[in-house]
Amino acid sequence: MSRYKSPAMRKYVIRLAVLMTTYLITLLAAVTAFRSHMISGPAAYALAVLPALPVIGVFWAVMRLLIEEPDEFIRMLLVRQALVATGFCLTIVTIWEFLQNFDLVPAGNGGFGAAFFWFMGLGVGALYNRLTLGSTGGCA
Amino acid sequence: MNNRLKVLRAMRGWSQQDLAARLEVSRQSVNAIETGKYDPSLPLAFRIAELFELSIEDIFVSPARHSSKAI
Repeated sequence: MSRYKSPAMRKYVIRLAVLMTTYLITLLAAVTAFRSHMISGPAAYALAVLPALPVIGVFWAVMRLLIEEPDEFIRMLLVRQALVATGFCLTIVTIWEFLQNFDLVPAGNGGFGAAFFWFMGLGVGALYNRLTLGSTGGCA
Repeated sequence: MNNRLKVLRAMRGWSQQDLAARLEVSRQSVNAIETGKYDPSLPLAFRIAELFELSIEDIFVSPARHSSKAI
């Protein structure tokens, strides 16, 4: 059975690889700079935000895939996957915030922010598609 | 939505992949339509009908008629 790969899907995979590589490089640079106290002032803010940009880029890549994918069924699977991911992420973050509000869990998120749970949600969405429609869509 | 796509495809000796290539969609799309898990858009329904040189009603069963027959 051949796995469906449209030009839009191939473009998405390339974009994802470039963005993830950029993320790792910027994260490594930021962690190194902050741990060695090499940076302060406005530059510190800029460097702290730098690793977030490729993560935002992944959101953009997923949205572009939704626009560029020519197959309407695959597009529907991707939309369902993104909606499940959004619901999953908002649920986890909301519960976590309320637990923090009542001091039942420590402050901060240990580096696991909303984006992490949204990407995890894409996996949940793919599983949901597989169980209900027999196909994943291929964005996870 | 119930349809005769699987029968029409089999009559021509096409695999799901063959039909998908002719319609320029994924094999998953053909499978989902055949099994009634996904209803195609009107443009895709027209493309399917034109490929088999039939009308849309000859391929897809109207849900309203299908349910009234069941009653």
